Amino acid sequence: MSGRSDVAVERWTRASIVSGFVVAVVIVGLTLVPLAAGANVIDKLTTLFVYIILAAMWNALAGYAGLVSVGQQAFFGIGAYFAIQFSVHGVPAYPSLVLGAVAGAALAAPISYFMLRLHGGEFSIGMWVVAEALHLMVNQDKLVQGETGTSMIALNAYSHAERLAYNYWLALGTTVVLLGAVFVLLRSPLGASVQAIRDDEDAAASLGVRVLAAKRTIFILAAFGCAMAGVVWLSTSVTFQPKTNFGVQWTAYMILMALVGGLGTFEGPILGAVIFFIVQDQLGETGVWYLAGLGAAAILFALFLPRGLWGEIEGRFGIRLMPVGYRLRLHDVVTAPKGD
Amino acid sequence: MNIINLLTQGVLLGGYYALVACGLSLMFGVMRIINLAHGDFAVLGAFLAWTVSDAADISPFLALVAVLPIMAVFGWLVQRGMLERSLRAGMLVPLLSTFGLAIVVENLLFEAYGADTRSLAPMIGDLSFGSWAITDQFNIGYLAALIFALAVLLLGGLSLFLKHTPLGRAIRATAEDADTAELVGINSRAVYGIAAGISVATVALAGTLLAMRATFDPYSGPMQLIFAFESVVIGGIGSLWGTLLGGIILGMAQSIGAQFDPRWFLLTGHLVFLAILAARLLAGQVGARGGLRTSLGIDA
Amino acid sequence: MSLLTLDRLDVRHGLLKAVREVSCDIADGEILALVGANGAGKSTLLRAIAGAHLPAAGRIVFDGVDVTTMRAHNRVALGIALVPEGRRLFTTMTVEENLAVACASGRPGRWSIDTVMTLFPMLRARRKARAGNLSGGERQAVAIGRALVTNPRLILLDEVSLGLAPLVVEGLYRSLHSLFEGGATLVLVEQDLNRVLGVASRVVCMLEGRIVLDGRAGELTRDQIIKAYFGLRRGSGRDDKVQGQP
Repeated sequence: MSGRSDVAVERWTRASIVSGFVVAVVIVGLTLVPLAAGANVIDKLTTLFVYIILAAMWNALAGYAGLVSVGQQAFFGIGAYFAIQFSVHGVPAYPSLVLGAVAGAALAAPISYFMLRLHGGEFSIGMWVVAEALHLMVNQDKLVQGETGTSMIALNAYSHAERLAYNYWLALGTTVVLLGAVFVLLRSPLGASVQAIRDDEDAAASLGVRVLAAKRTIFILAAFGCAMAGVVWLSTSVTFQPKTNFGVQWTAYMILMALVGGLGTFEGPILGAVIFFIVQDQLGETGVWYLAGLGAAAILFALFLPRGLWGEIEGRFGIRLMPVGYRLRLHDVVTAPKGD
Repeated sequence: MNIINLLTQGVLLGGYYALVACGLSLMFGVMRIINLAHGDFAVLGAFLAWTVSDAADISPFLALVAVLPIMAVFGWLVQRGMLERSLRAGMLVPLLSTFGLAIVVENLLFEAYGADTRSLAPMIGDLSFGSWAITDQFNIGYLAALIFALAVLLLGGLSLFLKHTPLGRAIRATAEDADTAELVGINSRAVYGIAAGISVATVALAGTLLAMRATFDPYSGPMQLIFAFESVVIGGIGSLWGTLLGGIILGMAQSIGAQFDPRWFLLTGHLVFLAILAARLLAGQVGARGGLRTSLGIDA
Repeated sequence: MSLLTLDRLDVRHGLLKAVREVSCDIADGEILALVGANGAGKSTLLRAIAGAHLPAAGRIVFDGVDVTTMRAHNRVALGIALVPEGRRLFTTMTVEENLAVACASGRPGRWSIDTVMTLFPMLRARRKARAGNLSGGERQAVAIGRALVTNPRLILLDEVSLGLAPLVVEGLYRSLHSLFEGGATLVLVEQDLNRVLGVASRVVCMLEGRIVLDGRAGELTRDQIIKAYFGLRRGSGRDDKVQGQP
């Protein structure tokens, strides 16, 4: 804004400074959990982290870049597959996992070259086809033996307690890094580009926003995130079954979490993941009615609450915890948050 | 001779794919919605046909007399009840809501019918396995030929309908510019409802035929959606007939792949699809957007 | 009794209030010229009357029926037809199909595909041509014809001369002569003041969404109209209105 003295542009508000501090404390606290808590808690938190990663990544794709991918399971599965390959060829267990995810992200680059030229539903199903193709190709590998799958044997070198803790820290670390990456992204010029693209792609392009580059960055980030989630999942389950790892239910979960939490917000996916985790934990074994219920929830939120829970809260109360937007202060009156 | 047999099977398979695809193409051409539950509607149709056939002890072909209108009405209801809201809400909402719908349909079917795979083949007797033996290496299955013939008839019928009837014209006008269509007296919501009804009825027909030539279960839907989508994108070059061409190319690719290794059936189809997609994108077409829209004769 | 009554109409265009507190009565047989600078709200007003835009406040009464929230296609059945700005033809359909598709609304009257072709003879030769391949003048003829074929009682014409060569516009207006003479009720939005003042019986000028001038065409001077058009003497807004607008 032009140098008017009665207008100030701020990034940090009181609420967000407090939040920032709280977040730091929470992260430190979480890091210490394996030293004190029981196996069950550690395991469940690890699962929660995986959900958060997935939700945040799908939100980045759909909520920020406008890309509705029904094929993210491609990376969830391929990361795990590459991890096993690295491991089989002698790389130590945990580095294999990370390398597997990196390889998955590397694969995303050429894939993005074609896929990102598709729009709307064509991109959606196109990604699903990519996931199916990768699934089928992985099945051909003798190591995997079709749908029978295989295991990451190298993980068995660690004791159960060690594995639990390492998996936990891997998951926590990934979550913090990825959420941090999204946070930084949103505050960067790329973040503004992405908002513009989401609101009106053609207008953004005409203003010189490098639409394709922005989308590609997010696409590759999301691929990496989903692949990391996949390798963490592998490390907790040890077995790799193509049908499970490449299953479309992962996308279904991602969609639900992001949608319920709040598409296009930073805090939304975290909220969505927590809710989903609780629901899944309590009701997950109740079978098809539960799954049908998830589907119905997706429909209801898509039609009636498209901003998701956090989006509604944000909209109604003007709360913005993490400082990813700008606030205009006019005189002494704080207006509604500008931008996202 | 083996090659001819192979290609023929591929072509005939393409007829089936065209049947599954034409509803998807219609819905997208008219409403710009990709219905992610499309394949599940096919399976729903199959289960409905199975139920009617079983309960009334009639041939599934006869059951279609009941199934098709029911599914048409169902399509109308989905459109008016759910998709209509989605239409005005941007691009994300239709995809998310139809994805949710797919999950609901799959799981409700599972709840109602269990996990067993079924088939309508036992109910159509000789038709399911009989064939004309042209030579001792080359035969054409009765059912496969029938499905192909039905596909041609349906696509032809739809084309004629769109081109020459008042309702067909209204659909084309609404597809191009719904706003202006309203301004000249066309009830665009009713048109959308009818298009959805036609779309779902055709895919229910396809599902019933699928059930006759193969097996199906509550989770068979997504695969049919993918076949439909691949057919439309591969062949998307001008009219509904492009969908048939796309289906044929897909069917042939799959059949040829299966020759080398039975496990490669699906994979070859996907790879050919991706290759054609890549080639078209590289050749400078703006996305594959042309794929789905132009298959209805509407400029992208 | 007036054919069309607008009562304190407010219409939004996105977040912008494009039409503010517009009130107006249009009698049967009137030819009303709606003028004003770009962005004054004229197109939005026409679209609101036709049903393409729902008003945020106010009422629209057509022939005694409150049509404020009625959907556009139902208004066509009642007898309102809009020739939209930019023509908005169905470019993938032929001339004949464009006309045929509008026939389906089924109002009886003297207009049919045949009589429209008589009004615009150049279309006869082009009846099987795709609307997307037509020249500007031909397209405008099809757009007008498409509205006529619904046998409307009220015809709204939005910038029919937009983007057309003067000779072509001349030809169009000559064709429309029979409409003007024949007692149809028309609302014409035109940039070409001369052209429209030549045929109109009444002039309404809009500025920033409001009506700032409303009078019989013969009684208003060009000077008055131009001043209202550009909003001169804006501070004393009320002076600009000739007939007591609220």
